[in-house]
Amino acid sequence: MSARDAYITGVGQSQVGMKLTRHPLLLTLDAVREALQEAGLTIGQIDGVSTYPGRMAGYLGFSPVGADELIDALGIRATWYAGGAEITSQLGAVVAAATAVRAGLARHVICFRTVYEAAAMARPEEYPPLRREKVDGGSQWVAPFNATSAANWTAQYAMRHVKRYGLTREQLAQIAINDHANAVLNPRAIVKEPLTLDKYLSARMISSPLCLYDCDRYSDASTVLIVSAGEAVDEVKCTPIRIAAMAGVVERHSWDQAEWMACYPTGAELWKHTDYKPADVDTVQLYDGFSFQAITWLEALGFCEVGEGGRFIEGGRRIARDGELPLNTFGGQLGAGRLHGFGFAHEAVVQLRGKGGARQIPGDPRVAVSTSGGGPLATALLLARD
Amino acid sequence: MGAPRPQPRLDADNRAFWTGGATGKLHLTRCKDCGTFIHPPRPVCRKCLSENVAPEAVAGTGVIDTFTVNHQKWHPALEVPYVIARVAIDGAPEVFLTTNIVGSPVDQVDIGDRVQVTFEQQGEIYYPLFEKIS
Repeated sequence: MSARDAYITGVGQSQVGMKLTRHPLLLTLDAVREALQEAGLTIGQIDGVSTYPGRMAGYLGFSPVGADELIDALGIRATWYAGGAEITSQLGAVVAAATAVRAGLARHVICFRTVYEAAAMARPEEYPPLRREKVDGGSQWVAPFNATSAANWTAQYAMRHVKRYGLTREQLAQIAINDHANAVLNPRAIVKEPLTLDKYLSARMISSPLCLYDCDRYSDASTVLIVSAGEAVDEVKCTPIRIAAMAGVVERHSWDQAEWMACYPTGAELWKHTDYKPADVDTVQLYDGFSFQAITWLEALGFCEVGEGGRFIEGGRRIARDGELPLNTFGGQLGAGRLHGFGFAHEAVVQLRGKGGARQIPGDPRVAVSTSGGGPLATALLLARD
Repeated sequence: MGAPRPQPRLDADNRAFWTGGATGKLHLTRCKDCGTFIHPPRPVCRKCLSENVAPEAVAGTGVIDTFTVNHQKWHPALEVPYVIARVAIDGAPEVFLTTNIVGSPVDQVDIGDRVQVTFEQQGEIYYPLFEKIS
């Protein structure tokens, strides 16, 4: 253990559902309690809070709970906290926390992401949808052309792969099929049934080449990761998972002015901060709010060449739980629910501790990559069990 | 005129882009010192940090860099399918516009197609859409 390092210790998650009625602050508390219990910590030992994107007053379903509210609601005495959307993506909140504990600003930081989008749609009077009379900022360059969904923006990057590199629907389908197969073994996952290639191919298009099964669905859940300082890790009873490297790079903060999504420079950057190599990685948990994003992360992290992602996952054997590079073993966002980035780091920790139950990958996994984000947003974490 | 589109809120930075179509020309902001086109328009050049920037008319032609056919009715009034494309603008390196390709069946649009701007006026806004050059 190095005092200079940051570790993920306790992890927790609430129930995951659609149209839940439990208060979003209490869903967050459920995840906090599970994480504290695993770590053997009490709330009094927590001295930091970090979240993405913070409470969004105009769009409460997207983010109903802020760091400041959690601090006050749970009686936390914080020596450091942060929450906001202007960061390298969802897991940027973990990067911020790790940076804070390495700087000595806090010892045990609760990092959380709470989503309530399905519940909000069902109860619009309580959680009004985002409404704007006129669009401005970045949305003015896409919304006037009825390109309002990230599905449309991601689909255009995917279409380039189809036309330039020959990505096929059968290849793309492997992400959703793999997610569904893994979700069936995850008791908290939203998806309960496997997905066949025939069913995938006959699904309706959302935004070509992305069909219904390529897109995640609004969910209600909270996921918590406790980030602990190296000097405080002996206070924790669970196996600490070291954050061996972290990266988040953006070159153009735009979905349409950038030649490449930010995952590409971010993936390259990650390996500059570690002696580990892609060949050392036992499992990858890669953001797949849209299936195609997982393919770009595989390329970006150097598991295959740019443009080869489709052929890399051809047939699905390589990314299966017993394959050479198990991917999104909890079901990803397409199978487990739209946990929005935090699910990937949560699962990496679960697998590295051998706590995956029916979905645990074989062998003795010691190194994992988890990522979040698409378009101009990208964060990569390299996690290791020493 | 097509179905009502979301309206941009006009300000000093974006007015020329959204209203310049009244002259029949596409307007992009450009640095007068180093020549870089700046999109989205801002009061500073991202290459040389000069504040000597101003909108100017460009040819209004370009190439489809990538596209998608949207089939999802994101709201009930939306008519689908339609093409969303990212167009690389001739003479303005590194500038891409997200837009719609109109005037062609959705299955007749491809990467690399040459296109030209056509404006759809709604109120004071001139939406720059693109159509294939036959």
